[in-house]
Amino acid sequence: MLNIPLWNRVLIWGLVALGLAFAAPNLFYPRVERHNDAAAVVQNGGDVTDEVAADLAGWPSFLPSSLVNLGLDLRGGAHLLAQVQVEDVYAARMDALWPDVRDALREARDTVGTIRRQEAPAGELRVRISQADGMDAALAVVRALSQPVSSLTGAGSGTLAVSGAGDVITVTLSEAERAATDDRTMRQSVEIVRRRVDEVGTREPTIQRQGDDRILIQVPGIGSAEELKTLIGTTARLTFHPVTGRGGSDMTPQARELVLPSMDDPTQFYRLEQTPVLSGEDLSDAQPAFDQNGLPSVNFRLTTSGARTFCEYSQSNVGAPFAIVLDGEVISAPTIREAICGGSGQISGNFSVEGSTQLAVLLRAGALPAEMTFLEERTVGPDLGADSIAAGEVAAVVAGSAVLIFMLVSYGLFGLFANIALIVNVGLIFGLLSMIGATLTLPGIAGIVLTIGMAVDANVLIFERIREELKTAKGPARAIELGYDKARSAIYDANITTFITAVILYVMGSGPVRGFAITLGLGIVTSVFTALYVTRLLVLMWFDRRRPKTIEV
Amino acid sequence: MRLKLVPDNTSWDFFRFDAITLGLSGIAVIASIILFFVVGLNFGIDFRGGTTIRTNAHSAVDVGAYREALQTLDLGDISITEVYDPTFAADQHVTMVNVQAQDGQESVTQETIDSIETALQEVDPTITFPSVESVGPTVSGELVQTAIIAVSLAIGAVLIYIWLRFEWQFSLGAVLALVHDVTLTIGIFSLLQIRFDLSIIAALLTIVGYSLNDTVVVFDRVRENLRKFKRMALKEVLNLSINETLSRTLMTSVTTLIALIALFILGGDVIRGFVFAMIWGVLVGTYSSVFVASSFLLRFGVKRDWSKPEGGAGTQFAKTDA
Repeated sequence: MLNIPLWNRVLIWGLVALGLAFAAPNLFYPRVERHNDAAAVVQNGGDVTDEVAADLAGWPSFLPSSLVNLGLDLRGGAHLLAQVQVEDVYAARMDALWPDVRDALREARDTVGTIRRQEAPAGELRVRISQADGMDAALAVVRALSQPVSSLTGAGSGTLAVSGAGDVITVTLSEAERAATDDRTMRQSVEIVRRRVDEVGTREPTIQRQGDDRILIQVPGIGSAEELKTLIGTTARLTFHPVTGRGGSDMTPQARELVLPSMDDPTQFYRLEQTPVLSGEDLSDAQPAFDQNGLPSVNFRLTTSGARTFCEYSQSNVGAPFAIVLDGEVISAPTIREAICGGSGQISGNFSVEGSTQLAVLLRAGALPAEMTFLEERTVGPDLGADSIAAGEVAAVVAGSAVLIFMLVSYGLFGLFANIALIVNVGLIFGLLSMIGATLTLPGIAGIVLTIGMAVDANVLIFERIREELKTAKGPARAIELGYDKARSAIYDANITTFITAVILYVMGSGPVRGFAITLGLGIVTSVFTALYVTRLLVLMWFDRRRPKTIEV
Repeated sequence: MRLKLVPDNTSWDFFRFDAITLGLSGIAVIASIILFFVVGLNFGIDFRGGTTIRTNAHSAVDVGAYREALQTLDLGDISITEVYDPTFAADQHVTMVNVQAQDGQESVTQETIDSIETALQEVDPTITFPSVESVGPTVSGELVQTAIIAVSLAIGAVLIYIWLRFEWQFSLGAVLALVHDVTLTIGIFSLLQIRFDLSIIAALLTIVGYSLNDTVVVFDRVRENLRKFKRMALKEVLNLSINETLSRTLMTSVTTLIALIALFILGGDVIRGFVFAMIWGVLVGTYSSVFVASSFLLRFGVKRDWSKPEGGAGTQFAKTDA
């Protein structure tokens, strides 16, 4: 009647042992963390110094070594929520389209007459044709440039939306193409942010796409959100433009020209052709270096196609100046002395050593396809995090001890069983957190402390029920059995409802709140498991051995 | 010898004064709503946008001097609160400086933060800035929306779950108790002007879960007793069920409170508001599962006899309409 099959017992103890084994590394947090770092070094083929070897030996490799990640509020670090200006890309696409539109319309000059690009809002291309009668033909020519959209949802539609009114043709990206472009922009942005953060080499950064146009970036251990922002917020768009003039800020650009300031001298301005000869995509590598004067500079190599383009351009423009532009500022504007066909070059400007190193990192990682604005930023210093952990630990120990004593005083031996289950329960929570690689936040610690309080609830329900059943004098064995049976439905209902709220918290919440939801949810699962299986097993093992005539709960 | 919070075999009548208890709850709910609309919540930057800088100095804090130093920067609304905590070292003086969201900016610019930090460093050279948090108006607006949706969803999901497991009367009683708890929590936060941020929403949802936990345990027993004592009046069944589960209700509340109070005192100031909300929620939730959920259940009535057709239960439905 009170028997639990052997395989059941083995399964229960096995699960408990497994959970506790996974929780164990957290007791030796710094040592295991060093071990994991060292293991990563070895795996990446890094130098195995004595120090690394010692760290590696600090924790046996056959034991589980996953740890609970500490959230930013506990470890310190920076958190950013960035919004990618996806519309930037529409404008760039339209600018790139203009030469094609121009060439295509020129071929149809007989019917459309002369053509001229008009001022238009960003992301729109407006072309005026001199013979309005030729509009239909012109529209057909431009529409022919539209290609099928390469995405699942947009299949069947073209990339361009072309319309004509009077003598003006308006070209924009089609809805489907915009969606496809946004998606591509976001993927590129996430990838580039990831590459830049990885270049700095911090531990466990989180880089996630959120919603349609946002990226969440969390980097533990970095000094401030500002540092992170300069790293990932710089577009690092490098372009090479032909120079058409230089002067002060009063210069007015001609059609299809830009006026940009010099990086070194804010009073010096350059007039440039808007369409670049080369851009960052044509770079294959960039390294910090020193120029012939011993000043910091950046050496770069071009891709094969980039090298060919630049070779052709420099051959036909010997003696003309060209400008190297980074994010809207002219770094330098050297004159072409001879054809440059080697596929490599040097950017020298007014750099510091750190400046050139960072520029090289940014150029290597690639330019962001669009600018980012920051909607939210949080910096937590490492000391505050350490204080929070210390306070959380003390609170958890005091809370735990107080609950243990209270249970012992209230339920005696049964209280002891519940206490063992409670300790197992906390162990299991940590084991599960480590196993799934979840992040522990300060509210998460609160969640665990709350679970300590609530975990005894299931046991209390059972014990109170056993007390009641004992009153009707059915004998201890029957009372225990009935107690477990009848308490079960209340335990399930009570915990499922709490679990529902934990799930909603997880889905709707972010950051620390989500950390709380995880510990709360896991705590519910483990506390039901420990109450219904572990304490029960303990009670029955004790009962089997002693066979008491009466019990007091 | 055992510690017992409740004597064995109680048979207290929990509904003798239920007009008074329900009335008091009603007044408290109305007072909370008035407080919320008149005084309002002290929203943190999560919901209002703006910047919070935590400062840490070795010498005593002169809030007036801080304020004066920042006034010259022309940043609009600034609030400075000194923070006290038993876990602080003797020479640790902490304040929270709140600056409103600046016009035309999403998250705060570095120049603004730098200017604040420089100004404060002139007042006190030992000052450091352990954390800086900034939320732009776009995100804070969305967070408000998400928070409201989350709480409504939680209550809605619970309504459905209990309806499926019990009867609609139980479900409605439980949800009224939840609304009572959440409203009173918002009321106390308005009254005491404790900072209301994203983590308090987490606390609110936990209160929803906890309060429900209590209510469901009582209801579970009511359901069982309704089957066992088919002829007993509903009021008697409710009283019996509450009495039978009273010991468990108080045991769980006390263990949870023990844990929460430890956290409140020792857990540091960063989560104190959060823990306060939960302590309040446990107290109110325990009260409401007995005096609100069950009282409403008594008033709604429960369909007892399933063998008769719908019309036979008319008396109970008539009651609910009244």
